Amino acid sequence: MHDTFPKYLLWNAERFPERPAIREKDLGIWQAWTWKEMKDEIVALASGLATLGFRRGDKLAIIGANRPRLYWGMAAAQCLGGIPVPIYADSVVAEMRYVLEHAGVGFVLAEDQEQVDKIMEIQADNETIRHVIYDDSRGLRDYPHNGLHDFQEIQAAGREHAGRNPEFLPGEINQGSGSDVGIFLYTSGTTGNPKGVVLTNDNVLITSKNSARQDNLTEREEVLSYLPLAWVGDHIFSYGQAYVTGFCINCPESDTTVANDLREIGPTFYFAPPRIFENLLTTVMIRIEDAGAVKRNLFQTFMAVAKKTGIAILNGDPVPLRDRLMYKIGEVLIYGPLKNTMGFSRIRVAYTAGEAIGPEIFDFFRSLGINIKQLYGQTEAAVFVTAQPDGEVYADTVGVPSPEVEVRITDDGEVIYRSPGVFQCYYRNEEATRETKNAQGWVMTGDAGYFDGNGHLKIIDRAKDVGKLQDGALFAPKYIENKLKFFPQIQEVVAFGANREYVSVMVNIDLDAVGNWAERNNLPYASYQELAGHSSVYDMILKNIIQVNQDLAADQALSGSQIRKFLILHKELDADDGELTRTRKVRRRIIADKYRELIDALYSDAESCHVVTEVTFEDGRKGTIEADLRIVQTTPFAPLKKAG
Amino acid sequence: MSRDVLLEVKNISLSFGGVKALRDISFDILEGEIRAIIGPNGAGKSSMLNVINGFYHPQEGEVWFDGRLRGPMPSHEVARLGIARTFQNIALFKGMSTLDNLMSGRLINMKCNMFWQGLWRGPAEREEMEHREKVEEIIDFLKIQSIRKTPVGRLPYGLQKRVELGRALAAESKLLLLDEPMAGMNLEEKEDMCRFILDVNDEFGTTIALIEHDMGVVMDISHRVVVLDYGKKLADGTPDEVRSDQRVIDAYLGVAHE
Repeated sequence: MHDTFPKYLLWNAERFPERPAIREKDLGIWQAWTWKEMKDEIVALASGLATLGFRRGDKLAIIGANRPRLYWGMAAAQCLGGIPVPIYADSVVAEMRYVLEHAGVGFVLAEDQEQVDKIMEIQADNETIRHVIYDDSRGLRDYPHNGLHDFQEIQAAGREHAGRNPEFLPGEINQGSGSDVGIFLYTSGTTGNPKGVVLTNDNVLITSKNSARQDNLTEREEVLSYLPLAWVGDHIFSYGQAYVTGFCINCPESDTTVANDLREIGPTFYFAPPRIFENLLTTVMIRIEDAGAVKRNLFQTFMAVAKKTGIAILNGDPVPLRDRLMYKIGEVLIYGPLKNTMGFSRIRVAYTAGEAIGPEIFDFFRSLGINIKQLYGQTEAAVFVTAQPDGEVYADTVGVPSPEVEVRITDDGEVIYRSPGVFQCYYRNEEATRETKNAQGWVMTGDAGYFDGNGHLKIIDRAKDVGKLQDGALFAPKYIENKLKFFPQIQEVVAFGANREYVSVMVNIDLDAVGNWAERNNLPYASYQELAGHSSVYDMILKNIIQVNQDLAADQALSGSQIRKFLILHKELDADDGELTRTRKVRRRIIADKYRELIDALYSDAESCHVVTEVTFEDGRKGTIEADLRIVQTTPFAPLKKAG
Repeated sequence: MSRDVLLEVKNISLSFGGVKALRDISFDILEGEIRAIIGPNGAGKSSMLNVINGFYHPQEGEVWFDGRLRGPMPSHEVARLGIARTFQNIALFKGMSTLDNLMSGRLINMKCNMFWQGLWRGPAEREEMEHREKVEEIIDFLKIQSIRKTPVGRLPYGLQKRVELGRALAAESKLLLLDEPMAGMNLEEKEDMCRFILDVNDEFGTTIALIEHDMGVVMDISHRVVVLDYGKKLADGTPDEVRSDQRVIDAYLGVAHE
């Protein structure tokens, strides 16, 4: 029975010896390792780790981008009964120190000098980190070498060790079992310190198997692995499912080439958070606006066709022949080339999750014939709670419970679930574990939701974020934010209104989209701040807000939460400043605290507000920026009367 | 640290008509070091670089490179000897891609003649592949994979500077001359550039002579510094020695006039 990843590795090396397991673009050329080759690499690494004294239960932190060697590190640690602890590569020293110390990490596998520097800073007053292994030796030649090792050096030592003790590693792998802890995944969390979610091999493997079966994933899938290693999504889609089905994962050349690599690989199975689809749509729109009149008109004509018939065709609904023909022509002229440019030509299944996706964005991709579906998941569930089955895809729901998952709604409207993927505990945090998971294994999600008529789960917002205005009108901040974020020129929005007189929003413009627009309109600007403060930019955003208000006015429940005031922030919300999580979710409490004076101004008669904000540079140094921000008022629409 | 002298300038004087740009300047550059030439505006830094590079021919003095006295020769011959450079105001082929710009840096190392190049079979193809591999290593080194195929003219300034460094690196020269590599950059770009310069020196062992305006940056990364002012040599030594030299302080901060 294959109940651990190392056992799957050995099996895959037998059943798919010549199939590619992983690829990496290096020096401009895609390099591949077959399952057999990858097994040899991992065995060498694991044996090398053993020579350093890595024992059962030891933790190996893995820090860096999606590199084959870092993925191998996970399996190598598991071969020895150890626990991989992936850490977000862009963590600043303090965040990294917290995780390393909390998990009691003794061994680190780091990508490059940038990460090694951070670890050495932490090591200055941390005795538990004994060995650091690096993948890329560049710039590390003159570093002190006690406890710092080159990856290849460790593998060489491992090969020698394995040559002398051929029985050692197979024996270690045999000792592993499904109930062993497989991985710690630290959740970035919108509040407080990250929590270490403990998942067993069974948690990850059973969930991966079930989900792969549901979508008929086979060893022939191609997947681009570009999302952070430390995020549960990548652990399932690039690791769990890859080992279970034997498909090939592809590591991009660098984090800046992902779009291009996506196009070259043409994945068949793809996962992206809504933000990526948003950005993609923004890029498409910018480039269409830059295109010539003929192309632009063709695009608009056929996108209208797609909007009308594309989704119905994808869902297998009946469509009149004439529309079908038009769609076929569109496929040749517009959709096909567009999908090719985006790297979506071969996609069979694509998922999005993590945040609610704007219905317009969702429909745009589905109307092109891309089978993008939503799922609802959590680190605590090893991702899958619910997912949309083929043919039952709706923009405003997250689907039906995944195989072997039970989902219920509590009396308070909170979604809870129980499944084989449910985590064991938060590492060294019994209190939080008790708060989240009860004795029967039910996990609280903290999300408010309900099942609609089709048995599909609908998530409204974080349970604690849904509020009411002073006059009792319903206020769902994320709903308003998502509506605004659909406009390509808006990058991020934070809405306020709970227990207030009216709703107001702070907006981040999208520098790419607005910058491009400014260039075309001969509007000079030197920085984000200057562009954001420009009066014609304000006018543009005002138009967007009026449109959203119009939509809200048409909605009976939400007509009371129309936006009355807004401002455009002078800086981009940034994870380095703690305003977003590393997965780029808005941290409301921190923003509310940091921009208190701005929020106060939004609820006063002020027409502008002076603000001084602390910013953190990439190297960890701090500085401040100052600005006078304009506050703009809008007039709400009268709520539409119910007909009849 | 006993290193061989890679380049030595002896008693260089250069004038344009009545303007004396350089007066009796002597210093040396050791193999494998990062040597900075600093000075206020108009001190003669770029003129000095142009002399080393063979673009200007000094009226007096000698340039010794790699143990040999170098007579007056055109810059492209100097380049063939193993001296590459970047420019203060970026001199790239704007309409060409990053890749092609870097490939152009390999030109002096290409051996096939026009016939084979035109035929594009056999030796020319093999040679191109070797050069391409070298260029890809530089692209990887400078982390510019994402702009490999982008026309250079469309890149932001900081990246263009990096491409220019890449082109100079592509020549695999013994001595790399950098003319204000960090001019006009913001703090983060400067730090990136510093890291690249240090890495080039460390990884390829390339000797680097750089001109810089920003004192702080220079002091951090160079082994030895020569200070020029009004065409004269003011000081020469390690960053610490230079920093504490009273004449340097006066030149940079000015002196109170009685």
